[in-house]
Amino acid sequence: MEEKISHIPVLRFGEAYRSLDTNDLGNVLRSGVRLEVSVANAGIIRRDKLSIEKGRSALRAIPADTLLDYAEKAAELYLDGELPFGMDGETQSVGDYVAALSELTGLPHSLCRSNMFKVAAALQNIRAVLTGLTRGLPPELFDKGCARLGDIDMNFYPIADSLGVTLPSNSPGVNSLWLPALVMKTPVFLKPGREDPLTPYRIIQAMIAAGFPKEAFGFYPTTHEGGDAILLSCGRGIVFGSDATVKKYSGYSNIQVHGSGRSKVLIGDDMAEDWESHLDVMVESVSANGGRSCINASSVMVPSHFDEISNAMAKKMAAIEPRARAEEDALICGFANADFAKAMDEAIDDALKTPGAVDLTAKYRNGPRLVEKYGQTFLCPTLIACSDPDHPLANTEYMFPFVSVVERPQSEMLAAIGSTLVVSAVTESEEWMSDLMASPDIDRLNLGSVPTNWVQWEQPHEGNLFEFLYRRRAIQSKTRRIA
Amino acid sequence: MDSTNAVDAAKEDLDRYTREMVQWHFSSETGSPYWLDWAKEAGWNPAEEVKAFEDLMRFENFDDEVLRDTDPARFIPAAFGDRPYNIFETGGTTGMPKQRIGWEDYKVDYSEFSDYYTDDFFPKGENWLMVGPTGPRRLRLAIEHLANRRGGACYFIDLDPRWVKRLIRDGEYDMARKYKEHVAEQAITIMKGRKIGCMFTTPTILESLAERISIPGAGIKGVFVGGTTMTPQYVRFLTEEVLEGKVNFAPTYGNTLMGLAISRPLTAEDNYSLTYYAPQPRAILRIVNPKDSTQGVEYDEYGRVELSTMTKEFFMPRFLERDEAIRRQPCERFPWDGVGDVRPFESTTKKVIEGVY
Repeated sequence: MEEKISHIPVLRFGEAYRSLDTNDLGNVLRSGVRLEVSVANAGIIRRDKLSIEKGRSALRAIPADTLLDYAEKAAELYLDGELPFGMDGETQSVGDYVAALSELTGLPHSLCRSNMFKVAAALQNIRAVLTGLTRGLPPELFDKGCARLGDIDMNFYPIADSLGVTLPSNSPGVNSLWLPALVMKTPVFLKPGREDPLTPYRIIQAMIAAGFPKEAFGFYPTTHEGGDAILLSCGRGIVFGSDATVKKYSGYSNIQVHGSGRSKVLIGDDMAEDWESHLDVMVESVSANGGRSCINASSVMVPSHFDEISNAMAKKMAAIEPRARAEEDALICGFANADFAKAMDEAIDDALKTPGAVDLTAKYRNGPRLVEKYGQTFLCPTLIACSDPDHPLANTEYMFPFVSVVERPQSEMLAAIGSTLVVSAVTESEEWMSDLMASPDIDRLNLGSVPTNWVQWEQPHEGNLFEFLYRRRAIQSKTRRIA
Repeated sequence: MDSTNAVDAAKEDLDRYTREMVQWHFSSETGSPYWLDWAKEAGWNPAEEVKAFEDLMRFENFDDEVLRDTDPARFIPAAFGDRPYNIFETGGTTGMPKQRIGWEDYKVDYSEFSDYYTDDFFPKGENWLMVGPTGPRRLRLAIEHLANRRGGACYFIDLDPRWVKRLIRDGEYDMARKYKEHVAEQAITIMKGRKIGCMFTTPTILESLAERISIPGAGIKGVFVGGTTMTPQYVRFLTEEVLEGKVNFAPTYGNTLMGLAISRPLTAEDNYSLTYYAPQPRAILRIVNPKDSTQGVEYDEYGRVELSTMTKEFFMPRFLERDEAIRRQPCERFPWDGVGDVRPFESTTKKVIEGVY
């Protein structure tokens, strides 16, 4: 008898297309049925892009305020809905989604759910998100192209006919980034990460069920060449990847590249004495979401109390142990690719041969860093105390709770951080805050005792999507009021 | 004749033809200096000892570096005397190119190719456009011969694969894209300004053209492609979308050393998986065990592609191509083994520069 297979298709303007090229994702579904995913050839993407007007006009036909309502409704459907899945009228419950997502990504169920709530919250809070991005302009801006703020007329026009995003697999929450594009009436072309086609597919299904026109969505599991086709043919592109990815696309002004976050917690002179009050913030910054996000801290800089802080953090981190994926208190992730985990483990040990750094967690941990347990391969939380602030591990990021602690005078910290996605600066010094706000190396700045992974909906994350998709032009009239 | 008899008859023909060709290249009256010297050193006499195709297994795999290092004149069979000859170079190599000599082989190959297709597949009398590697390549003369044989003339747009490979090697992706656009734009100018009915190009350029104009809308009735890997999905995409299901499509597998292998017409059961048949007996494709190329693989299994070319002009036994493919059963029209779903050798484990031109 022929084996039953669930198949995730390509979505071309929302229409399912079953490719003859497929990726086998294995027996990851709760039903025990094998899951495979269509792989789009690059030409299909370039060809669809020629018809992008279909997606744009479908979105243009709906008032932005209605799209915002749809987004809020989509949040509920994404969280609780029985949504279309596969080719043969199959559906997916949220339980099915979480279980399969955990199997594919190695995230425990608890973290799958927290990521899911993050995505849902981005939809639920879409009005606040949009207000933050547009600095308070009304949503009608996207219907009329202009709006009035105080006494000033403002005209914004779209500079991108579509947004192409090549997504990573490490953390499903990253999908919250592209959601506002749809209410800004910009169709999306998405390339899901190899291990997580489920999240963008489910979000798209929720958004379509809530009322968004299906023509606004392209979903293309594809090759590297296909990823390039998405980024290079869409008006604007966002790509996640390594430092090599950053280098590859650095010459393209229409592509926003998200490389390693290298996020950091900086403890100010004024707070160092009171470090114990901020211990939980430091540990959470490192280990929330299994350490998978680019907004997790990979380095903590302290001006003093190096030994006390390092040891206290190491002790807390070492207490976080691998659990079975379905356990509620599971906080760290298995690796879908065990060889990848082994390579990271070896790379860390190799780097530790260079004097000036020590794995402090090793003395508090029960056993080695690399653990095979519950049918998965884990890397246990690791803290590297760097007595040499320029040690190779002092500014390195890995996809698990991994952090270096470095001692530097506060006055030298900003010169040393390098390009950093999130800085949580634990300080109340107005003078230092001014310096921090002037730093060109920080993408998002948290001031005070705030973990790096904290999200405030009104603040843009990883660049302002509105400014990426729209440009303001001067507009004036002697005879009429414009907006 | 039933199919078993046809396969047996083709094998007998091949054995007889192999004897003739080996005797031709290894006899002092007709053979070439290169192979005659080779036989002196080898310590056996192929002219006497090769009785059947299987006996070619006594040759090592042909090292194509020889085609770089050796003066091509050393491959001239004595029987050709002082007849002027063509020198052809292989596609994308850099440094000293690999060269082969030839006189009429390309005409034989492309006449046979032409005769395979019906008058309306590539309509007789229509003009052709070739968008692909011209320069020192056999393909340039071959396509013109094909067009002429079918009663048309041929326009050319050159594409230099060596430049494309260099751009990619140097990470100049943007320049590579601009070069592709430059080639496509020139082709479209000709398609709009002249009456063209048939084309030869690479799949990638074909795609690029179709992103700018409708291929059937431009009056193209038949397209002949070769050059890169075509997965079943890619073939489907080209057929259904790029050619809009309205243009006759002839994918081929070939190169300067082989000539060209024709793909059998696709049926619903093929599900867009291509099978090519070499122009046997002039060229023979075997799908072999990569660890021991004297051994073939079973039908429907992947192995490395091995090419033997045997004409009076050129002899090249057991050259291992940089490709792998599935060994497929003979068919009625071609009663010898076919090669299916060709892709770069070990492409599932190694990164290969391919498919850009």
